[in-house]
Amino acid sequence: MGFSMVDYGNMAMLIILAASALTVYFIRDLLHAVIVYGVFSLIMAVIWLQMNSPDLAITEAAAGVATTVLMMLVIFRTSRREE
Amino acid sequence: MRDIIFKRIITLILPFIQVYGFYVIFHGQISPGGSFAGGIIVALGIIAYATAFGAEEGRAVLPEKVTTWAESYGTLWYALLGMVGIVKGGPFLANRLAGIDLGVPGTLSSGGLIALLGIGVGIRVASTMVTLFFTMLEEEV
Amino acid sequence: MNLRTLLVLLIATLAVYVMLGAAAELPPYGVPDSPAFNQLAERYVGKALEETGVLNMVTSIVLDYRAYDTMFETIVLFTAALAVIVALKTGGETGGKR
Repeated sequence: MGFSMVDYGNMAMLIILAASALTVYFIRDLLHAVIVYGVFSLIMAVIWLQMNSPDLAITEAAAGVATTVLMMLVIFRTSRREE
Repeated sequence: MRDIIFKRIITLILPFIQVYGFYVIFHGQISPGGSFAGGIIVALGIIAYATAFGAEEGRAVLPEKVTTWAESYGTLWYALLGMVGIVKGGPFLANRLAGIDLGVPGTLSSGGLIALLGIGVGIRVASTMVTLFFTMLEEEV
Repeated sequence: MNLRTLLVLLIATLAVYVMLGAAAELPPYGVPDSPAFNQLAERYVGKALEETGVLNMVTSIVLDYRAYDTMFETIVLFTAALAVIVALKTGGETGGKR
């Protein structure tokens, strides 16, 4: 069962994907969690591009960044209220 | 977050972000992309500008009247284009069945109603993202 | 390690096992005789250019074959923005701050 270079790249990207998704849960600082979520979104965009769907790649990259900004905004608002 | 470097870079790349967003919207029938992705890119330009310069400066670029207008009439534009099919004797939202000229595939004017529908959806998505951002930024929670 | 942590670990392990089993049953991706490639996909792949005059097949499906769904998707976006405005807007110049 031989693996080509593309397969190793896919494996590496999937491992980074799972690791970043777990990191978002375990990380303490909320701003760092949002940044790691951006990493998750960008790796997901590269995986969509690898699967020959550039439409989804563009949408994932743009919407990932947009939701990241909105999440960061909500985090700042709510943390200012609670502290 | 009110950094001079950030402000300068945003001022430099904002036109390119906007042009790329409208390019993705208008070329949805030729190249990858489409109205949803293009609308989000257009909204991201405005969001980045408002993040760097503050909510009041962002509102000066895109007044609330414009976003309210796009918010309200985007879906109506879509439904009105759907009525074209009924007027020409086909089903709702018909494109080729209504006898509309599809043009040469690969050119910007191809696809009949699809380009116009894409513009409506793109403006709609952009205005929704900008409205969500400004509402969360301005109002006291 | 109390009972609650053990229970959570047990449920998580079971869920991972079930999900991996389901993923192992999936058809291999990129193969022409997978079950997702039925007559509907043949119709779209073969006739999209002729019937809509659009090179990008995703756009031809979203804005022509499934245009009705896209219309209500824009209505969903409208409802989301409306819900956020109703929940967060406070008065303004007429009512003042609550």
